Amino acid sequence: MATTEYARNVVLSSKEYDVVGTRPVRPDGADKVTGRALYGADFNASGLLHGKVLRSPHAHARIKSIDTSKAEAHAGVLAVVTNKDLPSGVDGGVRDLQRNVLAADKALYRGHAVAAVAATSPHEAEEAIALIEVDYEVLPAVLTVQEAMAEGASILHDDLRTDEGGVKGDKPTNVAEHFRHDLGDIEKGFAESDVIVEREFNTATVHQGYIEPQVASALWNTDGRVHVWCSTQGAFPVRDEVSRVLGISESRVRVTPMEIGGGFGGKIPSYIEPVCAVLSKKAGRPVKIVMTRREVFEGTGPTSGSHIKIKVGADNQGNIKAAHAYLAYEAGGFKGSPVGAASQCVFAAYAIPNQAIDGHDVVVNKPKTQAYRAPGATNAAFAMETVVSELAEKLGIDPIDIRLRNVPKEGTRRAHGPAFPRIGCEEVLQAMKDHPHYSAPLDGPNQGRGVSIGYWFNVGFKSACTISVNPDGTISLIEGSTDIGGSRASISMQAAEVLGIRAEDVHPTVVDTDSVGYTDVTGGSRTTYATGWAAYNAAEDVKKQMIERAALIWDVDADSLEMVKGVTRSKTDSELKMTFKELAAELNNTGGTIIGSGSLDAGGLGTGGGSFAGNIVDVEVDPETGKVSILRFTAVQDAGKAIHPSYVEGQMQGGSVQGIGWALNEEYYMSDDGTMTNSSLLDYRMPTSLDLPMIDTVIVEVPSPSHPFGVRGVGEANIVPPPAAVAHAIHNATGVWMDRLPMNPAAVMKANWSK
Amino acid sequence: MPSKTHVQTTINGEQVDFLCEPRQSLLEVLRDVIGLTGSKEGCNDGNCGACTVVFDGRIVTSCLVLGVEAAGKEIGTIEGVASGSTLHPVQAAFLEGAALQCGICTPGFIVASKALLEQNPNPTEHEIRFWLANNLCRCTGYDKIVRAVQDAAVRMQEA
Repeated sequence: MATTEYARNVVLSSKEYDVVGTRPVRPDGADKVTGRALYGADFNASGLLHGKVLRSPHAHARIKSIDTSKAEAHAGVLAVVTNKDLPSGVDGGVRDLQRNVLAADKALYRGHAVAAVAATSPHEAEEAIALIEVDYEVLPAVLTVQEAMAEGASILHDDLRTDEGGVKGDKPTNVAEHFRHDLGDIEKGFAESDVIVEREFNTATVHQGYIEPQVASALWNTDGRVHVWCSTQGAFPVRDEVSRVLGISESRVRVTPMEIGGGFGGKIPSYIEPVCAVLSKKAGRPVKIVMTRREVFEGTGPTSGSHIKIKVGADNQGNIKAAHAYLAYEAGGFKGSPVGAASQCVFAAYAIPNQAIDGHDVVVNKPKTQAYRAPGATNAAFAMETVVSELAEKLGIDPIDIRLRNVPKEGTRRAHGPAFPRIGCEEVLQAMKDHPHYSAPLDGPNQGRGVSIGYWFNVGFKSACTISVNPDGTISLIEGSTDIGGSRASISMQAAEVLGIRAEDVHPTVVDTDSVGYTDVTGGSRTTYATGWAAYNAAEDVKKQMIERAALIWDVDADSLEMVKGVTRSKTDSELKMTFKELAAELNNTGGTIIGSGSLDAGGLGTGGGSFAGNIVDVEVDPETGKVSILRFTAVQDAGKAIHPSYVEGQMQGGSVQGIGWALNEEYYMSDDGTMTNSSLLDYRMPTSLDLPMIDTVIVEVPSPSHPFGVRGVGEANIVPPPAAVAHAIHNATGVWMDRLPMNPAAVMKANWSK
Repeated sequence: MPSKTHVQTTINGEQVDFLCEPRQSLLEVLRDVIGLTGSKEGCNDGNCGACTVVFDGRIVTSCLVLGVEAAGKEIGTIEGVASGSTLHPVQAAFLEGAALQCGICTPGFIVASKALLEQNPNPTEHEIRFWLANNLCRCTGYDKIVRAVQDAAVRMQEA
């Protein structure tokens, strides 16, 4: 067998492990390489109907009336629903959710769901939605934050008032919220600065781009319970959202998560799940809706386009004295952009004594934005990192050195309040500086090298896990985190480590919401961290019970026993010992199997310190066309402790490439009337294999102070630095500083011509 | 409902008869009529490659082929790649090389990669990247996929 050369990890953890840090084959792998794994669209049920959703052709319109009579009379149609089929009288947040899944009095973006049909075949359903007559009064659309914030702008929600630090404004607006974080005295900091760089940036709306479109099936059963089968990042959050939209209690909804074909934050919210449920209630049969790719682009959450201004001042030695950020993020049709998270990340890679951050959450006539891998942080880092690189150039300081000079450490206070616990920013920067890539010569004209760094949190939140011991010495592990990228493996390995068994001896299953305790989304870089921790706790519980059982068998005091690397033994009598397998074989004869459980709330947004990621990238810019080619790319990231290094590398490589796509190609290309004109995977240009070199990885391990194995979630920080690193490389190749994303050929040529 | 056409074809070496409407794609027939759900729909317009199958020796996106066009053809899908319970070297290399994350694009990549290695047993990195450019993966950044195909090439030569 051929072997793959892996870069050596920069290991700072002093602990040795048997299973943690190895690279076993993932437990769900065989099904996924043979086509047997069942994803959302592979669900089938007796009497299954097929649904289709009618979507608004206008970006902003009042819905005056909807006539569904012709659709109802169409062959094969069993149910038609609109917003009127959802319960009324719900509170604000649920009302927005209801109005997003089925528009009420207004369509707020092109692609906004207006009505839905269930029929005996998808083709009949498609024919039927074309027969629904909607009378629209078309309104002017606002498509960017600048347009939405302008005086006299068309207003999306007549009742929206700006929330200014908890105080509501008194006039209609598209700005849902303005907040400010302050630290120190920025006026004083700028006065102390020898050099100030102030720049303005615009970034385009981009989509998560998962390959599997949203799909859901639902049965409203005769017993009043609703069963949903869907591709989701979180079965429990879907259960809760569906129950709220339908106005029924959570326990009446059961969600079975199917295998999920990518999410990146975009498969957290519900869209078609509650629609399938109301269609099923009307039709009396299960209903499945599979979105088309165009529906995915037009009707599901992209992440925010943004307008950002950054001002940074430093002394001649490169010490940053003050920084101000103005962040205005698109929320889409309903409030709730990731500008809050962005405000907590924009200066995270720097210890800056005087800071101010102004954030604006702005509704625009685009789909409601959703999380996308480190939501909000990539836009902010593109702006901040570009300014810091320009500052370094102005001061004649190496770009990594200026970052090391201002590096945040344990105890560094942040503008939104908390101080960092132990973090690995300095170690990541040092690993970048030490990497041979950083000192390798470039080998041609029009080439440049760039660097940048980015930060994302490690969300904790709630996870639950149970483990039962099988007579053959294996364990069955039940968990609720849908597995998007190998988390069954990384969770199983943590249980195996505790019990001293092999990773292959753990059989994990991701189950439905009736079958495991509440578990939050697979997102926020939390799954290996928090569900892995729940598995650790469940394994500790098993270990304790195994020791107690051995004590019963040997008729000794449990306190006199210990379990070391799976062997239960007496601390005093060397005759008394049983391997995990031997003891497991005794369980059914000595009182029955052992079931261990673990449930925890692993903390909020900033738990564990989070993860820093840095990039070194070489580009070549074609002077004739402005096309940027990625020649070499090195991704460095602090994983705390890499449980399964292959899947850590995979997260780093995947996030880096999404960041490259965001940097160079991807955008919602909007016509003036608010139509996305590139709503296909041909025209929404995500990177292909041919666009890229290998993505080299360096895993840095600065153990998280809170997790039992020192894990830091690694799913997200890796998407944050690429756009800024690419912009820096373009600057070093061409002399221009890019101030917009994407940096496609047209943008690069335009910048070159105006330099 | 339009009347259905009787189609006789060969899928993974077995003769298969099915009825389909003229408007149904081969992908829809494979998944919804025959029940071979290993081929995935990501875009239904030929741009993602998740539904890649072999069609008389050529790889095609089955969403752009009509079901009725399968008449008399030899179709190969992901379900026919392994030999019984033995994985094909491409499948083994993907599995052991962590070349999949969510796995939705994996059937298409494996069908396409196997076809490449049957034509070109020792492809360069560039040839692999060029061949696979119609298969989109959003999770891996392609690094481990390209390495898995290189690994599979070695495995197939050693076999």
